[in-house]
Amino acid sequence: MQFSVKQPAPVKGHLPVLLPMRSTGEAMPLTDKVFNLWTAALLFLACAAALVTPALAQQDGEGQRTILDILIEWTPTIGSGFAFNVLISVCSMAVGTVLGVGLGILQVSPLRIVRQISWVITQFFRNSPWLVLLFYCILLIPFQIELFGTEVPFPGWIKAVLGLSLPVMAYMSEYVRGAIMSIPVGQWESAESLGFNRAQTMREIILPQTVKRILPSWMNLYAVLTMATPLVSIVGVNDVMALTRAALSAEGRVDLLIPMYLYILCWFFIYCYPISALTRRLERKFSVQL
Amino acid sequence: MDSTSLIEWLRPDWFFDLAVVSDEYNRGRYLAGLWMTIQLSVISIVLSLIVGAVGAAAQGAQSRTLRALVGFFVAFFRNTPPLVQLYFFYFAIGTVLQITGDNGRPVPLVSNFGWAIISLSLFAGALNVEIFRAGIEAVPKSTVEAAEALGYKRLQIYKDIVLPLAVRISLPALGTNLVNLVKTTTLAYAIAVPELLYVAAQIWSEDLNVQEMMNVLLLSYVAIVGVLVWVLHHWEKKLRIPGYGR
Amino acid sequence: MAWTSDQPIISLKDVHKSFGNTEVLRGITMEVQKGEVVCIIGPSGSGKSTLIRCINALNDIQSGSITVEGQEVSDPKLDKLELRKKVGMVFQQYNLFPHKTALQNVMMAPVKVLKQDRKDVEERARALLRKVRLEGKEDSYPGELSGGQQQRVAIARSLAMNPDVMLFDEVTAALDPETVKEVLQTIKTLASEGMTCILVTHEMGFAREIADCIYFTDRGVIVESGPPATFFDEAKDPRTREFLSQIL
Repeated sequence: MQFSVKQPAPVKGHLPVLLPMRSTGEAMPLTDKVFNLWTAALLFLACAAALVTPALAQQDGEGQRTILDILIEWTPTIGSGFAFNVLISVCSMAVGTVLGVGLGILQVSPLRIVRQISWVITQFFRNSPWLVLLFYCILLIPFQIELFGTEVPFPGWIKAVLGLSLPVMAYMSEYVRGAIMSIPVGQWESAESLGFNRAQTMREIILPQTVKRILPSWMNLYAVLTMATPLVSIVGVNDVMALTRAALSAEGRVDLLIPMYLYILCWFFIYCYPISALTRRLERKFSVQL
Repeated sequence: MDSTSLIEWLRPDWFFDLAVVSDEYNRGRYLAGLWMTIQLSVISIVLSLIVGAVGAAAQGAQSRTLRALVGFFVAFFRNTPPLVQLYFFYFAIGTVLQITGDNGRPVPLVSNFGWAIISLSLFAGALNVEIFRAGIEAVPKSTVEAAEALGYKRLQIYKDIVLPLAVRISLPALGTNLVNLVKTTTLAYAIAVPELLYVAAQIWSEDLNVQEMMNVLLLSYVAIVGVLVWVLHHWEKKLRIPGYGR
Repeated sequence: MAWTSDQPIISLKDVHKSFGNTEVLRGITMEVQKGEVVCIIGPSGSGKSTLIRCINALNDIQSGSITVEGQEVSDPKLDKLELRKKVGMVFQQYNLFPHKTALQNVMMAPVKVLKQDRKDVEERARALLRKVRLEGKEDSYPGELSGGQQQRVAIARSLAMNPDVMLFDEVTAALDPETVKEVLQTIKTLASEGMTCILVTHEMGFAREIADCIYFTDRGVIVESGPPATFFDEAKDPRTREFLSQIL
């Protein structure tokens, strides 16, 4: 930023120390002299053009379609695939949150053995790679289970949902435990003095106060989970990634590769970026109060 | 597989058979996979730290364009799935980036191992930029001003004063990120890098001992992560400044 | 042996309490009669707060006995709910539930713990808030109230359980001087209505005004006790005199 202070008319009869400070400011950095918003935008467009134009410039040749056409043609399929990913993420989040809150409450139990077992479970699922847990669930959960005399089918995506909910459970357990520990001990004491038992204290007083503290982390976890859903394509679920690769091999065009993958990346970006931005805003809002 | 009753499915007898310990051939393969995972982890960690440090420095630069570029880089890698990033690098860019090999056929310039490293380093590096940035901003302005008053130049301040303090402040978050990086190395399975998960999958598809291999695999990763956590904890303790921070 | 009101309502006999290796209470013996107002004073670290927390079973004791209306507090099979119905406690840090309004704070325990009818409880709660002169603040959240107002809500909350004894643990220590007065006024009203009160406090003037008996603790023992007149003017023990000379 360049700034300078105009030298005022000389003041006679005063000591130099009373004169206002003259500053020439800092010189504009070279990068900003060369690049400003305009040149940056031009540069960006140039790069984009370099990547995309060879693909777009495909003309004629036996009714060869342009890349743009192909992308548009595949969009409904990709959209439905992406919706499937969102469904998986929502289901996993729901299951993982319920299990995680329970596990987190167990981690602060007055019984030492309960605390230790739940801690071990939390650490185990926290430190396991998500893909390995997915494989575990896909391969080891039988494809149907006999419960109470009826056969309950377990399609692949349900197993994937369970597989993804395990790390969510572990992370939620940590968040819940941290939030409960951050509630001042005076709350527990005054509840106890009023005659509340532990379950009532937890339900009426402690947990409602933790919700606000956990919310930003919970939203961030959802964004991370959504970005982990393409993993299910590795274990055989037909999500947007599997569909994309099928589409690419169906089209068989090398120049489609980069645009198609960029396209998928954009879908995820447009979905996840608002969540991250909202999370950051909530974090700032809540941190002031605590 | 027929419909199994729930009780039978929960039988615990597969807990105690650690297949790789007994079989020598499998053990060799497994250890090779383990070594590959360790290589992926260590190289990616180092590169991601460099990316993070450079990016964090750039985010404090006076040039608005530079800040915007780094911001875009971070936003891109934070809000897109790492698997899709990996596929993008390996399948999309990797296919295009081919040179003619000795026998006249196109050969990829970068191997799948290389792309895995690049993708993982950039992904973790982008997250590190944010972590380092938070650490740098947590260094009190007064400390920096005192250094300026003593005559330090900007780069010197960054190197000698800001960075050491910022590293200590950001160690917990950094540790979490590095642990996640180790877990993320499993993605390399998708592009046929022979790391631990890939090797394990080979073994269980040959020997049909999925349950045992799964246990070994989970225990291995818990062990690797455990070692990393211990190292980080030790490092944090060594770096601790008495009376500063918590 | 059922308790009758001619017996002391609270009785402590040779109570010892340690935190780890530090012995905080070293043989406390005292009796409180029904309707009596008792003030406990002393230097910090002398065990005053620990003492009344032990009465309410928030801390356990290593040896000795504490009885409240005949119920043995140190009994491992203590029915805590019974005890808490008889004893109400107000803390230095108010400890109101921040996610509930003042009225809800007062109503919660009788409704959830005593399972009383909601409508009756609400009526009583409003009357209590009126009594502590917080009419109009029923729907305010603790974050919107001043320290003194929060403390008065805390008093109303404990009163909602209809206790026979009220314990006050340095309730004005965290307040600024102007708001201290309003809280003390509330306690004074309570005392004049015949509530048995035990106060741990630094407010000497207040203690002199309302106490029936003052206990001075130092390093875990009761050094001296007596009615305010004799206590403040004719203190016998040199430790008491030293303490009083420092603060008066």
